Amino acid sequence: MISGGPTRLPPRARAAVAVARLVGGAARRAGRHGSVIGGRVATMLDRRVLARLAAGRTVVLVTGTNGKTTTTSMIARVLGGAGRRVATNHLGANMPDGITTALLDALSNHEGAPVAVMEVDESYLDVVAAATDPAVVVLLNFSRDQLDRVGEVRTVARRVGEVVAAHPRARVVAFADDVLCAGAGLRAADPVWVSSPSLWTGDAGVCPRCDGAVTHAGVRWACSSCGLARPDGDWTLVEQDTAGTVHGPGGSATALDLQLPGHANRLNAAFALAVGIELGVDPAVAAARLRDLEQVGGRYRTVTRPGGTTRLLLAKNPAGWAQVLDLLDEGPPRPVVVAVNSREADGRDVSWLWDVPFERLARHPLVAAGDRAGDLSVRLAYAGIGHRLADDPVAATRDTLGAVDLVGNYTAFHDATRALT
Amino acid sequence: MSDDVTIVLLLPEVLGTYGDAGNASVLAARLRWRGIPARVHTVGWTDAVPADGDVYVLGGGEDAAQVLAADRLRDSIGLHSALARGAPTLAVCAGLQVLGTAFTIADGTRIAGLGALDVETRPGGGPRRIGDVVADPLVDGLDGPLEGFENHGGITELGPDAAPLARLRDPARGPAAGGNGTGDRLEGAVSAGGIIATYLHGPVLARNPALADLLLARAVGELPPLTLPDGVPPTTAQRLLGGRRSRHELRTGARRRAGA
Repeated sequence: MISGGPTRLPPRARAAVAVARLVGGAARRAGRHGSVIGGRVATMLDRRVLARLAAGRTVVLVTGTNGKTTTTSMIARVLGGAGRRVATNHLGANMPDGITTALLDALSNHEGAPVAVMEVDESYLDVVAAATDPAVVVLLNFSRDQLDRVGEVRTVARRVGEVVAAHPRARVVAFADDVLCAGAGLRAADPVWVSSPSLWTGDAGVCPRCDGAVTHAGVRWACSSCGLARPDGDWTLVEQDTAGTVHGPGGSATALDLQLPGHANRLNAAFALAVGIELGVDPAVAAARLRDLEQVGGRYRTVTRPGGTTRLLLAKNPAGWAQVLDLLDEGPPRPVVVAVNSREADGRDVSWLWDVPFERLARHPLVAAGDRAGDLSVRLAYAGIGHRLADDPVAATRDTLGAVDLVGNYTAFHDATRALT
Repeated sequence: MSDDVTIVLLLPEVLGTYGDAGNASVLAARLRWRGIPARVHTVGWTDAVPADGDVYVLGGGEDAAQVLAADRLRDSIGLHSALARGAPTLAVCAGLQVLGTAFTIADGTRIAGLGALDVETRPGGGPRRIGDVVADPLVDGLDGPLEGFENHGGITELGPDAAPLARLRDPARGPAAGGNGTGDRLEGAVSAGGIIATYLHGPVLARNPALADLLLARAVGELPPLTLPDGVPPTTAQRLLGGRRSRHELRTGARRRAGA
């Protein structure tokens, strides 16, 4: 249940907050680093400022490889709607400075916000959880992503499991169908399991508990060595075509009817429902709040342009692509512009393109774009998919009549979002 | 097994990180583009390894996965038989270490490899070697430089029965950085039999068509010219065909398509 509210700050923290607001406001007016600078300054002045800002609030932390931003936005909505009584980092700034900045903003805008819903980069969950004493920790999924930068996914998932074990008071809501995610969730005494057939099993071959071999049969998985197996879902997403229903304990069933497309979003919504109900929100009210959501930070946004429309999609790793391919299969085969960069925030290595079954795009007219269009083009050629090359992905969408999808990885997506604003 | 040339992809569930399974797709496609029927035979965790494959491919993997792979393959009669007859084999990263005599994991345990390649790997202790590299080949049959993305921490020492595959060009990241980690910028290893082993990802055969063709020529003999399918942009076609020899092939292919 949601209770209490933020506690009054001690003098040192109040001074830190005042200075941070000045600097953060100036940075925002200048259009630079507005989503992190306030938190960075406040932390320099008071190392414990994140803990002080979080004190007394009901904190929900959301982590995992894919879907953090969307699920965080959904949970914030379910718990009352962003801008009303929920503090959230909906700009996607998910490291400690960004989370501190989001709590500073909540202090300015609505001092009483009793709830904070924050997405957290997997690598910073330990720091953020230690500071914020979360009521709920949501574990979405763990798969390979930026191996050159983040490191090996098993290590990431194991560290998350250690954070779970270190916070026994937090209610853990985790994905049962993802082997690494379940391994981390099982470090909690009584986790809440969300379940739905998973589309990506690429990092699910080795047991997170004993390093034995994991075998899969349908949606079930089990370790052939120690017997660790897929937990039964408390909240199960059942899909029929593009409609989703979430079945909960005691035979409850809640229809989703989302505006956001695709299996991944229906699963994200199942998490949001589970968290909302865990914190006392009525299921029908929660589902109604999710229905209004049309886009999240530009994801799934459709932009009208001369001659047609462009829908913006983000896919930055193989598991994310599995979800986007699933979404592109819904409806007629539209032209697709794929933009791939390999800048710092994307990871420098583009080997992951070979873990994406681009063969599934055979029916779509296809354009390869972005800084690494050449490597993407080689991948598509070996997949037997005809395509053309373009320097500028947004310009390529303008060359196309009708509805077109633009799928970018991290910086390619954000460049396109800015260009289409 | 059918008459198709068979590319055997070993245990992609555990040796499939970094997109290395793509190496098998590249080999099969480059045969098909030459009019030679080819298929990828994926050996899953519970499948037997065929002894009569034409090319064998092992990829990279994380530590625990690599130990599992070594345990699974160490007593495989099919794989040992193929390696003993010198079947062309590409082993990348963890695959390289598994084919070696032994490797030591982070907790100090020394794990026996398959002993098909005379190399032994121990933990590097320092930071992982991560980044794009270019290397000049040290084996016959390769002219131009090799390129790829390395991301590993171990140090691999070559024994007398193994030779280095290439030498890295870029010493900028310090004398101990890059390649096998032995301080001499050596990259990868080859056996007197059919094994070509490397730390390069990318996948390495997607970025180095000449290396793919070297493995294929060892498997099927002299390779006919390569005809790319329609719908491949010209600059990409250049990359798929590789260096000088390939530009000739491109013209040949174009003439063939035109019915010449």
